[in-house]
Amino acid sequence: MATLELHDLRKSFGATAVLHGVDLALNDGEMLVIVGASGCGKSTLLRLIAGLEIPTSGQIILDGRDVAQLDPAERDIAMVFQNYALYPHMSVFDNMAYALKIRGLSRDDIARRVRETADILGLGPLLDRKPRQLSGGQRQRVAMGRAIVREPKLFLFDEPLSNLDAKLRVSMRAEIKRLQRRMGVTSLYVTHDQVEAMTLGDRLLVMHQGVPVQLATPMEVFERPATTYVAGFIGAPAMNLLPAVLCQDGTAADLGRGLIIPFADGKRDGADGRKLTIGIRPEHIAPDPAGMAMQIDLVEPLGSETVLIGRLDDGELLSVKVPGRAPADALIHVSFPAAALHVFDAETGLRLG
Amino acid sequence: MERRTIFAGWVLPVCLVAPQLLLTFFFFLWPAAQAMWFSLMRQDAFGIRTEFVGLENFTDLFADPLYLDSAVRTVVFCSAVAVLAMGTALLLAVFADREIRGRTIYRTLLIWPYAVAPAIAAVLWVLLLNPQIGIVAHGLKAIGIIWDYRLNDTQAMLVVILASAWKQVSYNFIFFLAGLQSIPKTVIEAARMDGARGWRRFRTITLPLLAPTVFFLIVVNVVYAAFDTFATIQAITHGGPGKATETLMLKVYRDGLINLDLGSSSAQSVVLMVGVVVLTALQFRFIGRRNAE
Repeated sequence: MATLELHDLRKSFGATAVLHGVDLALNDGEMLVIVGASGCGKSTLLRLIAGLEIPTSGQIILDGRDVAQLDPAERDIAMVFQNYALYPHMSVFDNMAYALKIRGLSRDDIARRVRETADILGLGPLLDRKPRQLSGGQRQRVAMGRAIVREPKLFLFDEPLSNLDAKLRVSMRAEIKRLQRRMGVTSLYVTHDQVEAMTLGDRLLVMHQGVPVQLATPMEVFERPATTYVAGFIGAPAMNLLPAVLCQDGTAADLGRGLIIPFADGKRDGADGRKLTIGIRPEHIAPDPAGMAMQIDLVEPLGSETVLIGRLDDGELLSVKVPGRAPADALIHVSFPAAALHVFDAETGLRLG
Repeated sequence: MERRTIFAGWVLPVCLVAPQLLLTFFFFLWPAAQAMWFSLMRQDAFGIRTEFVGLENFTDLFADPLYLDSAVRTVVFCSAVAVLAMGTALLLAVFADREIRGRTIYRTLLIWPYAVAPAIAAVLWVLLLNPQIGIVAHGLKAIGIIWDYRLNDTQAMLVVILASAWKQVSYNFIFFLAGLQSIPKTVIEAARMDGARGWRRFRTITLPLLAPTVFFLIVVNVVYAAFDTFATIQAITHGGPGKATETLMLKVYRDGLINLDLGSSSAQSVVLMVGVVVLTALQFRFIGRRNAE
C-alpha cells in the first residue's frame, strides 16, 4: 500500500513527444483508471511508472521516494499485462513463485503465499499446469495471482481484459474490483473501454494526445465532462455535439433554425455571438410533438432501449435513445430539455460553467 | 500451415521432381550403395583381386587403436567446435538483440563469414596464424609463446577448432537471434517487473525459452563439425602434425584415396553414414517437437 505522485512527467521517443507533462496524485488504496483512445499515451504513462521506460523528465514519487530513474526491480510494483505474459516454460505455481524466489524468501514461505493466493483466485487445482494448458480466463487469473502474491506497493493493469470474450470480461471485471477492494492496494488501470473505466475506477483520468484532460469520479466525468473530447468519449452512444452561438446577454444558446434554448444553470461569459458547442446526451433528448422534426435513418434496438440515428431537417446528425421499442414512424419530433445541456467553447472545446 | 498444389496430370510433377531424384540417386544413393558393397570386400593394393570378407573390415576397424584414437579425437573436436561456435554466437546474438545504434549493420556483418568457402576461410586463418608471417603468431611470439601449429599437436588442434567454429558462428547467430526475437517482449518485461535482472533473468527466462533452438543447433553443429570441416582441416593441417588433427572424415579420405585401402575406407564411411542417420533422426525429432509447440 502506498501513495503515488507524478510531477510534470514527460516522455519523448526521439523527436516525438508522447506525454506532455502529467501531474497526478493517487491516494492510498485507490483505484485510478486511465482511459483514452489508442495513441493517447496511457500505456506509455503506465510503462513509465512500471520502470519499463525511463521518463524524459519529471518525477515519479512512490511512497515519498522518487523512483523515476530506478530499475523495475527496485520499485516493488506489480503489473498485469494485456497478453498475460506468463512464463510459458513454468507451471502456474512457478509463475507465481518466481518473484518470491528472486527476493530470496524461504521455500516454506513461498509455498504458503502461493497457496493462499491460489485459493483466493480459485487456482488451487491448476498449480501444476503449464500456461498453454489453461483457458484465457484462467491465464488471466494466473497473471493476477502473480501480481497479488508479491503484495506490492502498487498494481498496474495494462488493458488486462482486452483479450477475453465479452461474457468473461464482465465477470473478470467484477472480480478485479472485488479483489482490489479486498487487498486495498493502490492501483492504476489502463483501458480504452469506457464501460471498464466507469465501473472499475474510484476516479478516472481521461487522456487525449498525451495530455490529461479530466481527472474526476466516473459520475462527475459523465455528468460534467470538461471538454468536448471527454463528452464525446465517455457515454454510449456518444453525446450529440451541435454548433451554436451565445445570445440573449449570455443566458441562452442559439442553435439556428430558430431554436433558442435558455441555460438552466445561469449566464455564460462572453459577448453575444460567441461560438459554442452544445452537447446533449442521446438519452436526454425527449420526444415532443411540438419539437423539431427528425428523420430516422437507422434503428439500433438494444432490448430495454432503442437508439435512433437520424437527421434534423437541416441535415444535422443526431442520435436519440428512447426506452422500449422504436416508434413506428420514420419521422419523430424531439426537443432538448434545457437542464440537460452541456455548454462548451467552440474554439477550445472547454466546458463553460 | 500446409500448402498443397494440385496437379492435373502426372507428367509435370514427375518432370519437376526428377532432377532432384536423379541427383540424389547418382550422387548419394549409388555411391552409398557402392560404399556398403565395398565395405564387405577386400582388394589388393593394385586393384587386381577382390574378395568377399563379410564384416571383417568392421571388426578390424573397431579393433584398430588408430581408428579409436581418431574417433575420440573427433568427439573432442566436435564438442569443442559446437561449444565455441554456439557460445560465441549466443553472446553476439544477445548483444545484437538489444536496441543499439547501427544494429542492422552489426547483424549483417556477423552473417558474412557464412558465405566464405571453407578452404578460403582456412587460408585466411593460415595467413593469420602462420608461424613465419602470421600476425597472431608474431604477437604470440612477442609475449613468449613458441607458436608453430605445424609442429605442436595441441596448437594444431586449437587452430582447426578455431577456424571451424568461426565458420559456423554466423549460422548459429542467425538462429539464436531469431530465437531471441521470437521470445515475447512482455514475458521479459514481466520478469523485469518481478525483479529479475541480468544473468539470473537470462538463465531462468531467456535460456529455457531458447532451449528448442539450442537443441536444434547442437545437432546441426555436431554434424557440421564431423562432416563439413574436411576442407578446412585438409587446407590447414592435412590432419597433421602426425595424426593430431585427423578426424574420422579425414581418415576416410586418407585410407581410401591415399592408402588405397578401399575396404576399410568404405567400412569407415558406412559407420559415419550410420552416425549421420542417427543425428538426422534426432534433429527431425527436435524440429517436429518445435513445430508441435
